[in-house]
Formats: sequence, structure tokens, C-alpha cells
Amino acid sequence: MATTTQTWEPTQSPAAAPDNYLTHTRGITSWIFTLDHKRVGIMFLVSVTICLGLGAFFALTIRTELTHPGPTILTDTTAQLVSKLTLSNTQLTPQQMYNRAFTLHGAVMIFLFVIPAIPSALGNFVLPLQLGAKDVAFPRLNLFSYHLFVIGTVFFLLTLMLGGVDTGWTFYAPYSVETSTAVATAVVGAFILGFGSIFTGLNFLVTVHTLRRRGLTWFQMPLMVWSLYATAIIQLLATPVLAITLVLLLVERLFGVGIFDPALGGDPVLFQHFFWFYSHPAVYIMILPAMGIVSEVISVHSHKHIFGYRMIAYSSIAIALLGFLVWGHHMFVSGQSALAGMVFSALTFSVAIPSAIKVFNWVATMYKGSIAFTTPMIYAMIFIFLFGLGGLTGLFLGALATDIHVHDTSFVVAHFHYQMAGGVLIAFICGVHHWWPKMTGKMYNETAGRIVALVILVGFNLTYFPQFIIGSHGMPRRYFDYEGMLDQIPHLTLYQIISTVGGYMFVGGLIAIPIYLLHSLKKGRPAPDNPWGAATMEWQTSSPPPWDNFTKLPAVTDPYDFDHLKYDETTQGYVTTP
Amino acid sequence: MSNFLSLMHSIPAAILADGSFWLPPPDSSTAGAVDRVFYLVLIVCAVFFIAVVATMVGFAVMYRRRPGHKSERTATHNTALEITWTVIPCLIVAYIFYAGFSAYMQMQTAPQNSYEILVKARKWDWFFTYPNGHIDSDLHVPVDEPVKLIMSSDDVIHSLFIPAFRVKMDCVPGRYTYAWFRGIKEGTYDLYCTEYCGDSHYDMQANVVVHKSGEFDAWLDNAANFYKDLPPAEAGEVLFTRRCNQCHSNDGSAKTGPTFKGIFGQEHKMRDGSSVKVDENYLRESILDPQAKVRDGYQPVMPTFKGILSDQEIDFLVAYLKSLQ
Repeated sequence: MATTTQTWEPTQSPAAAPDNYLTHTRGITSWIFTLDHKRVGIMFLVSVTICLGLGAFFALTIRTELTHPGPTILTDTTAQLVSKLTLSNTQLTPQQMYNRAFTLHGAVMIFLFVIPAIPSALGNFVLPLQLGAKDVAFPRLNLFSYHLFVIGTVFFLLTLMLGGVDTGWTFYAPYSVETSTAVATAVVGAFILGFGSIFTGLNFLVTVHTLRRRGLTWFQMPLMVWSLYATAIIQLLATPVLAITLVLLLVERLFGVGIFDPALGGDPVLFQHFFWFYSHPAVYIMILPAMGIVSEVISVHSHKHIFGYRMIAYSSIAIALLGFLVWGHHMFVSGQSALAGMVFSALTFSVAIPSAIKVFNWVATMYKGSIAFTTPMIYAMIFIFLFGLGGLTGLFLGALATDIHVHDTSFVVAHFHYQMAGGVLIAFICGVHHWWPKMTGKMYNETAGRIVALVILVGFNLTYFPQFIIGSHGMPRRYFDYEGMLDQIPHLTLYQIISTVGGYMFVGGLIAIPIYLLHSLKKGRPAPDNPWGAATMEWQTSSPPPWDNFTKLPAVTDPYDFDHLKYDETTQGYVTTP
Repeated sequence: MSNFLSLMHSIPAAILADGSFWLPPPDSSTAGAVDRVFYLVLIVCAVFFIAVVATMVGFAVMYRRRPGHKSERTATHNTALEITWTVIPCLIVAYIFYAGFSAYMQMQTAPQNSYEILVKARKWDWFFTYPNGHIDSDLHVPVDEPVKLIMSSDDVIHSLFIPAFRVKMDCVPGRYTYAWFRGIKEGTYDLYCTEYCGDSHYDMQANVVVHKSGEFDAWLDNAANFYKDLPPAEAGEVLFTRRCNQCHSNDGSAKTGPTFKGIFGQEHKMRDGSSVKVDENYLRESILDPQAKVRDGYQPVMPTFKGILSDQEIDFLVAYLKSLQ
């Protein structure tokens, strides 16, 4: 065990214990069946990153196709080629390929990346460390969550091999009941992934309640923990509704029981109620942990106590609870009553307030700080920029009159991506950079990090901003072609080209990140225990942490009081001074 | 608040009429109200976004880490400030809610005397049925008259969207939904399906033709009785362009369905291996019960035209197919 490994040896950190969680046990099974929350986190990190790549592939397929009106890359020839690669023997048409591409993009990104990315990957790694605990409350269940994730992913891959699914990630009935594509495997996959998510939520909830280091009170917990706690509440309460809905859909498809399809005596609007009762809270499963990361990073890298700690903590809980009451705003044009529309619109605005408060708090935190332009800090500021724009454009969608017009257009696509990619993905990247030294014991190249961050910022806005404009002009979403709209929407092709170019820039930036991060494993400077000068407990242990997290009990302090931390030239990190 | 109100009402006249960078021209009676809410929200967005980002960038520059600069301890919370920045957004969103809701009520409440048109959506066509029984694949309406759409779907959920009118409503199978508008300018507009409905969702488009006052009745009369002065084959050609040519060609090229050119009298192989001679009875059956006999090499995807094409119209179509030799 203590023989360490060649990869780590040459630049072994003087601070790091030679025996850490990466080297403690060896061999592939020591990872696959590990009960260590840090290793589970790392496995999630690798897995969701691969899934992100798959989702991005479909995204670029969509973007490239839309560069010009008419079939661009999805033509009869490519359709023939792809048809041969699948196990189903139907001959696909270009538009069928497009419909599968956007469905798979959405389903892969939502179920395999955005939902698990932050809680399961970073949360798993960070939560017990931030609580001063040795592990999560149920390590075996935690590992099982990961195994469920893998099984769910296999079902998605099976869906791909069967020729894909074409319902959109929303699986709206009755289309999802009657389409001949591989709905069953996709739905089973989402069902299994849902259970992984439920178990993670349960685990975190119990961990926060029972495994806080003795003396750590609720209001001394880092805000990341608060946001993961709020997330866990939603995971636990909302995900079962999705699971039930998907089972009902499957029963309807396989046995012809009328639940959602009016041809069988069902009600298709009921499906939407069920689906959004999960899926709206689910967007908070996605964004709350992102807000947690940003709360940490802004404060640490500004070397400044977080402003309005309690308000940020309470607003996480408020978002989690109010998020359950707003699902009907996805259904303003579904035929639900005007009264229901009014109530849901009003409730929707109420959930905007806690998010706004958080943004103000983050900016106020920077006031009179000492702001380091580290890669995580740059991403945190990019988050505020993109999430701010995404959140504000949500006002168009909460207001009834304007929602009617922009509903199901690219405007919504743009809004959603500003939140999910500009919000969650950017915060995920931010968190990966913030905790990378802790996870791996290595520092990455800051210059590369900063340049890539700016490329991503520009690429992102080029991709999605034009979609607001064409959307408010009436460009519907999920359209394979837009030939018929060229005379209606000014400069439509130009906007589409800008969007595609931006898409390649964005994805190019994303590809660069794992390259310089992996490079740091070999060549990176050894990370000090506390490279950023953070006051939360995970920075009191070595980088990377030992197998059981702490060699001595971490001190309980205000997680955002940096006064007792001083920069130490020899280790190039921060050390505690009494 | 009153400043806000006057601000909002001073927008429209100035910049709305011809459409803008953000919106197409508002050509229905309620579109202006929607646009006013849109610009109100746009202004709120712009103000808040610029304020937040400028403050953030300003702080980042002023308080950037540099030799000699140290972070200063300031209050970690400030109740007055925090209440202020909670209450102000609350008031603003309350007003946006109210503005959005009142414009929505206008869009929801069809006037009593509205002209009613039945809308049926079906993969991937629109059918608009007029009071005299005429069924059209485009939506024709008189200018300056309220029109109420009574909508449903034959298969999956569709959504009717007319960007120029700011009108959108789902067409749900098994129930009726409603929308109304009053076109205020003659012209032809686009109508899109905005609820994903399968393969040709992107192609499920129609035109909205707003007729000059007085000309609508003449159009409707003519559209319903177009065949009066036409020989059957020519009447059939009109019907072909209205109902069939999305999936069938008349020039020999295969589309979703087989071409009509020269098929009459031919012997065709079916999917089940049998063969069928294309005659009047087969054509009639294929129109009314398309899945009964499906030609080899094609998917059984054609919907029935029972209730959409009358017996007489089927006769015209058969005559047209016969003429395509």
C-alpha cells in the first residue's frame, strides 16, 4: 500500500500524506466496489464528463444541421449510414434522425449530466469533508447509487443502439405511447437513474443530520452543504413522482392500459401535470448545488466573508419548497384553466425572488474583498453573468401574456440553456477547478484555465443569445428545417450560423478543459493543503485527503472567516495562524 | 408605480408598429398588449442585468488582488439593505405578474359575436372547417372581425401558433381548446405547429390569410364550391393540391407515399405480399381506410380522410388520378 505509484512520485507534495485515498488500495475492483465517498465522487465525475461529451456530440449535430435551411448534414446518405449502424431495421429519414438527435441530446444531458453532475460527483466528494465526517451515512447505498447510474446509462446506450428515441426528453403522451421508437429502454433507463438520484438525496439528508462533526451547528455549515441539503429534499420528494409517471407510461405502452392516451380513455394533460410535478423541481435539483458552489467560490476567492449567509441558506430551502408549486407554468397553453394559469404565474414569480437575493448577496460579497482572478473565480463571475441573464429572461416566461408568445420557441431553448449550461455546467466546471487540487493533489495551469474560460464565455453567448431573438420572432423549437420562415424572421440564417459557430467554440473550450486538467496530473505543481485560502473543513486536511478524510479532527470555525489564514510562500498555500 | 405605468404606455406608439429587433409586427388586436408587457420585462431585464454585471465587474476591478491590497472586514449582513433588495424585486415582479395577467385575460376572452372556425390538427396537417362545411388547409379570416378557434387533435398533441398575432394554444386529442384573435391588417401570415408531434413536425405549417373586409364571404363561397365550373379531373387536381401533395407526387417521384402518376390500372404488390389492381374501389378504400392495403415499400402511416373528403370529392380525385397517365 505504502509503495505509492510511479505517476504520483516525481512531484509528490511534501504536504500530502504518502498514503491518500487515491493510493490507499489499488486495482480496478478497489474502485468499482469502493465504499469511499471520494472515490465514488471521482467515478461519478469521470462518468458524467463522458456523458457530457455524448450530449455535446448530439448538440453539435443539431447545431450543424441548422446552419443552413434544408438538410445540411442529416441527409438521405447519412441517414442510410446511421440506419445501418443501429440494431433496428428501419430506414431513417433525415428528419427522423434530427428528432432522435434532439431527444437524445436532451435526455442524455438532463438525466446523465445535469442532474447527477454536481450532487453526485462534486457533492459526494465534498459533503462529508465539509462536515468533518469520514464518509456519507450509508456508504454502500452511495456505491449502489453509482451502480444504478451505470445501469441507467447502459439502458440509454441500448436505446441508442436500437435506433434512438424520438419523443423529446419530455416523453409527452400520447406521442410517447404510439411512437415505434425505443421509448421503453429510455424510460427504464430514466427510472433507474431516478432511483440513483433518490438514494443520493436520502444519503445526503441523513449525512447532514447525523454526521456533522461534533460542535458543528447548522449555521456553521458551508453554503454548499445547505444547497446540497435543499437539493436532497427535492430529490427525495419529487423523483418518485417521475418514477411513477414513467411506470404508468410503460404500462400504457406495453399493455394498452388507458392512462394518458385519449384513444384508450386516458388524459394526455395528466401526463404533463405528473411530468412537470417532478421536472420543474428537478431544475432546482440542477441549479441549487450550482448556487452552492458559487457561494463557496465567490467568498473564498474574494477572501471575503460571504454576505448574508443566513439569507442564502434560507433562500436555498425556500427555492426547494416553492419549486414544488410552480409546475403549471410549463402548461400555460396546454388548455389548463385561466385560473390555474393565474395561480401558477403568481407562484412562479415568488420563486424568482430567492434567486435574485442570492445574486445580490454574491455581488455584495465581493465588496471590499481581495479578488483573485483564479480560474474558479472567473467561472463564478461567468456564472453570475449567464445565470443572471437566464434568470431575468425567465420573467418573460412567468408572465402569462408573453409566455403564450414565446412558449415552445427557441426563446425558451435559449432561456433554458442559459440556466442549465450557463448555470449548472459553468458552476460544475467552476467547482471542478475549485476542488481539483483537493481531489488530485495537483495544481493545473491557471493561464490555460483563464483563456479557456473566456473562450467558453464568448462561445456560449454566440450560441444562445441569437436564439432569444429568433425565438421571440416566432421560430418554434424542435424544427428540423426553417425554410418556410426565412421570409418571416429577419436574418434567420445569419443567426443560425452565429449560433453554430458559437456552439463549436463552446464545445472546443469544453474539450480543452480535461486536456489541461489531465496534464496537471503528470506535470502539475503539487497542491498545498489550502491553495485558495478557504476556511471550510475540506481544506484542513491534506491534498489529496487520506483514506478516512482527516488525520486529526478539523477545527470548527466560521466557514467564511478568512482572517486567521495567512499565505505561506514555502508551500504556496494558506496556513492557519492563531 | 405610476411612473412605471406611464413608462409602459409610452412605449408602444413609438416603436411597436413595424415590429422590432425583438418582435414581428403586432397584427392582431391583442398583440400590442402582449408587446407592451414584453418591452416592460425587457427594460426590467436590461436594468437589472446591467446593474448586477456592472457592479460585479466594478468590484472585480477595484478590489482585485494586488500587492499592498487587503480585503477589508465589512458587515456580513445588513438587514435594511437585504430587506430593500427583497422588497423592490417583489414589487417589480408583482407588477409584471399583473401586467402579464391582464393582457392574458384579453387574449382569453373571445367576444360574444366571434366568427367560429373548427380547427382539427392531425400529423402533419391542419384542417380548418368553416360554418358552411368547407374544409381548408389554410386559415382564412376576415379582417377586423373577432375569430374564435375551436380546436382539437385527431392523434397526438399539436399546438397552433401564429407569431404575428401572438396566439398560441395546444390542440389536445379528446378535448376542445379555444383561442381567438382579431386580425387588424390584411395579409398572409405563417402558422406553425409548436408542440413536437413526430417526423414532420417542422413541416406542419399553414398560412393565415386575412381578407379585406367584404372579400372573405366571396372567398369562402368560392372555396366551398370551386368545382361548380370545373370538369371532375380538374376539380380533383385542386383537391390534390389541398389534401394529397404533401405525401404524394403527380410527377412519378416517390414521397412519403407512392406517386399518383400512371398508377391507375396498374397491378401493385402490397406489404403483405398480395397484389392489387389499382381501380376505383381500391382508390376509394385507400382514401377512407388507408391501412387496409398498404403498398410494398411504404410505411402504413396514412391517416384516413373519412369525414374530410366527401363522396363527391373522392369521385373528383379518382377522375384526376385516371387523368395522370
